[in-house]
Amino acid sequence: MPRFFLIILLCAAWTAAASPAEVREFKLDNGLKLIVKEDHRAPVVVSQVWYKVGSSYEHSGITGLSHVLEHMMFKGTRKHGPNEASRIISANGGQENAFTGRDYTAYYQQLEKSRLPVSFELESDRMRNLLLKQDEFVKEVQVVMEERRLRTDDDPESLTYEHFAATAFHNGPYQNPVIGWMGDLENMTLADLKQWYKTWYAPNNATVVVVGDVQPDEVFALAKKYFGPLKPSKLMPLKPRREVEQKGLRRAVVKAPAELPYLLMGYQTPSLTASQGADGEPYALEVLSGILSGGNSARLAKHLVREERIAASAGAGYNLYSRAPDLFMLEGTPAQGRSVAELEQALRDQIKRLQDEPVSEAELARIKAQVVASKVYEQDSTFGQAMQIGTLVTVGLDWRLQDSYLDRINAVTAEQIQQAARKYLIDDHLTVAVLEPLPLDPNKKPRGPLDGHLGGGNVR
Amino acid sequence: MYVKAWIGAILFALCSIAQAGPQIEQWQTHNGARVYLVAAPELPMVDVRVVFDAGSARDGGKSGLAALTNGLLDDGAKTADGELNADQIAERFADLGAQFGTTADRDMASVSLRSLTKPDLLQPSLQAVAAILTQPGFPQNGFEREQSRVLTHLQAQEQSPGEIAGKAFFKAVYGEHPYATQALGNPDSIKQLTRDDLIAFHNRYYVARNAVVAIVGAVTRKEAEAIAETLVDKLPEGEAAPALPKVAGLENAQNVQIPYSSAQTHILVGQPGISRIDPDYFPLVVGNHILGGNGLVARLAEEIREKRGLSYSTYSYFQPMREPGPYTLGLQTRNEQTSEALKVLRDTLKDYVEHGPTAAELKAAKQNITGGFALRIDSNANLLDYLALIGFYQLPLDYLDSYNRKVEQVTLEQIRDAFKRRVKPEQMVTVIVGGGAQANQN
Repeated sequence: MPRFFLIILLCAAWTAAASPAEVREFKLDNGLKLIVKEDHRAPVVVSQVWYKVGSSYEHSGITGLSHVLEHMMFKGTRKHGPNEASRIISANGGQENAFTGRDYTAYYQQLEKSRLPVSFELESDRMRNLLLKQDEFVKEVQVVMEERRLRTDDDPESLTYEHFAATAFHNGPYQNPVIGWMGDLENMTLADLKQWYKTWYAPNNATVVVVGDVQPDEVFALAKKYFGPLKPSKLMPLKPRREVEQKGLRRAVVKAPAELPYLLMGYQTPSLTASQGADGEPYALEVLSGILSGGNSARLAKHLVREERIAASAGAGYNLYSRAPDLFMLEGTPAQGRSVAELEQALRDQIKRLQDEPVSEAELARIKAQVVASKVYEQDSTFGQAMQIGTLVTVGLDWRLQDSYLDRINAVTAEQIQQAARKYLIDDHLTVAVLEPLPLDPNKKPRGPLDGHLGGGNVR
Repeated sequence: MYVKAWIGAILFALCSIAQAGPQIEQWQTHNGARVYLVAAPELPMVDVRVVFDAGSARDGGKSGLAALTNGLLDDGAKTADGELNADQIAERFADLGAQFGTTADRDMASVSLRSLTKPDLLQPSLQAVAAILTQPGFPQNGFEREQSRVLTHLQAQEQSPGEIAGKAFFKAVYGEHPYATQALGNPDSIKQLTRDDLIAFHNRYYVARNAVVAIVGAVTRKEAEAIAETLVDKLPEGEAAPALPKVAGLENAQNVQIPYSSAQTHILVGQPGISRIDPDYFPLVVGNHILGGNGLVARLAEEIREKRGLSYSTYSYFQPMREPGPYTLGLQTRNEQTSEALKVLRDTLKDYVEHGPTAAELKAAKQNITGGFALRIDSNANLLDYLALIGFYQLPLDYLDSYNRKVEQVTLEQIRDAFKRRVKPEQMVTVIVGGGAQANQN
């Protein structure tokens, strides 16, 4: 899947936000933030540790560093050997993983509620005591290169997204892929990782989010016990790296072996953190993305897929909670017999329509009905609830924003949507990337007996 | 967002556990659909899924028919107040804040609804779902559009070495059995389908005696009975689908190599595995947990990823189905390392089949499976999945309650014995897709 889809998924999760359950925030003396939300439906707990570091903190030459470090966080401390923490979590009936995004790196465990101390013990240990060893690094960076081949190099749409982002951003923090350019992975060193770990892994750069069948004060006591003794670091302020103003439409063509063409379009837009007070605009853009692609009733499915049959699939996405100014995205695959140029024109026509005429009251009401309902549905997932809190805090926003989300969406008017479309969805701030398929293998028919070197089978 | 390991999710979802499971109620509608309910009063919402034994195993030689029928259900329907077209159906659900979806695999074809429980929101959604199930219009223009979208989807699969490998694997493992083809079909079969095929398929398989209704949410037994009746009331009673053909075992090893211009080679190794009601279910599933089912803590991950850095994702899993679903082991690695990675995979499997797990491994696996029980039924969404599974495969109602006990009872000897009898490394299918640009010149 291209990263773009992940962004859309995130937005979909966000049409969620907020719930009546109580949330408590604590701060340790060393600067660590703890946020606890009670959910007593099942005797389980999810614990997530969020660090303010991700690919948007990296620069040319060290891309992919945050993500490789995330992998190395499982390779042991003085107390626990490589992979041992994973075995301990497993033996406690837990599930665990970690993820790196543009604006964050996060680690989590899901456990039966009484096992929360196991999570805190292991996370506090690796927050400050990671052993970064050469032999483990050499293997793990190979694993990450395999991950890159799997997700990007052998996926033409994903590859197109990578080139698209590198075209849409000239100097901004979202220019580089989270997984890193292959050349940077090949030249990464253990010293790079050690420096990165030292710079960002500290209690005063971390937020612990706990959601589940727990008592907030007890969780606070546990956090003090395990994370309290950790020393804070002196954090260097991030340089803003403001993206230069775009001075005209940009295009990229990606030629790669593929069966289908693919189109990506992105307009430079503000996000909530970067909107400098005009924060009605991000909410208008959020509703606008719902008007275009909030499900099967939205305009792209209705007009482009069903009515005109120009697109086999089409979507729009906007990430309200990006740390830096980001893109309003459109993407699609042409229907059989239709061209990528026709699809681009159809998408631009949809944008023009948003600029020319206000959206109908029925469409606005529909978006709002979906938001109201999804605020209930989201409470079915403790993990999703923790994700929302962690994301907000880590991009520098107040987690209470999720409580006002519904009101903010309800306040958006048809006129604001039209204004936002006119102001931001303009050609001079647009980047278009097209995947031009090169022929795949012409003779990829199943063959009979294997070559000798693959060996091992009894071929009849 | 990049996660450290891709492996778990589906595998885990299929092998879960219970200490004190949820209270399941079960009954039949007047026309013979089986209904399963778990009341979950905490949130003012309800999830409903109607599952038919109408997956692609019922394609009857018209590959892709079951999935296209299922996917086209909401493209238009007759209701009490007249016809709804695709736009109107989509708008109806959106206006009510409801989420509607359809999905089909080899065994099942399902329709799902998530709604708030407020009657003025829930009732109109239920009416729409009932209309979709009982009187879908299958309009010709919608049929042609979806037919063409499936062709695009099939093309997209051809640019994914993983998808190509998966298709070739099922084909080789299942030969003439209906499980051999994928639910989506193939371009030739899709082009030959007609709207009449869909109507006939719907008439045969979307009937009450071939349906299971699963309900989880803030509803009483009485309310749930009304929901179920609303949904399937107008379905003809019909007949349950007949038994599927038996799956033949593999007699010889079979190797399928597909040259492909990718940076990585995808490897799948396996054979027919187990059905949902297999007598060796627990020894095999617990045993596999240790070999390749428990993420990065499993043996395959240890040998292939942790020790050698050969692959990002390596795993093994049983996919229990109506008839034995596949047992699959897999990895992806850069082309030059193919033979090395395949050798480690095969050696790890052979060693495991020969010697079985250690006592320490079995203990750790049981701790993981039983200790994590609460996690796997901690949401309405998870419960609904289990309820549909229990209903569709007619598993005992204490399936969740007894799961942990059955896991605890598995012994080292049972695992060794079951793996030796059932898992045949010398008679497996091996699919290899990749080789890079030069592979194409062969």
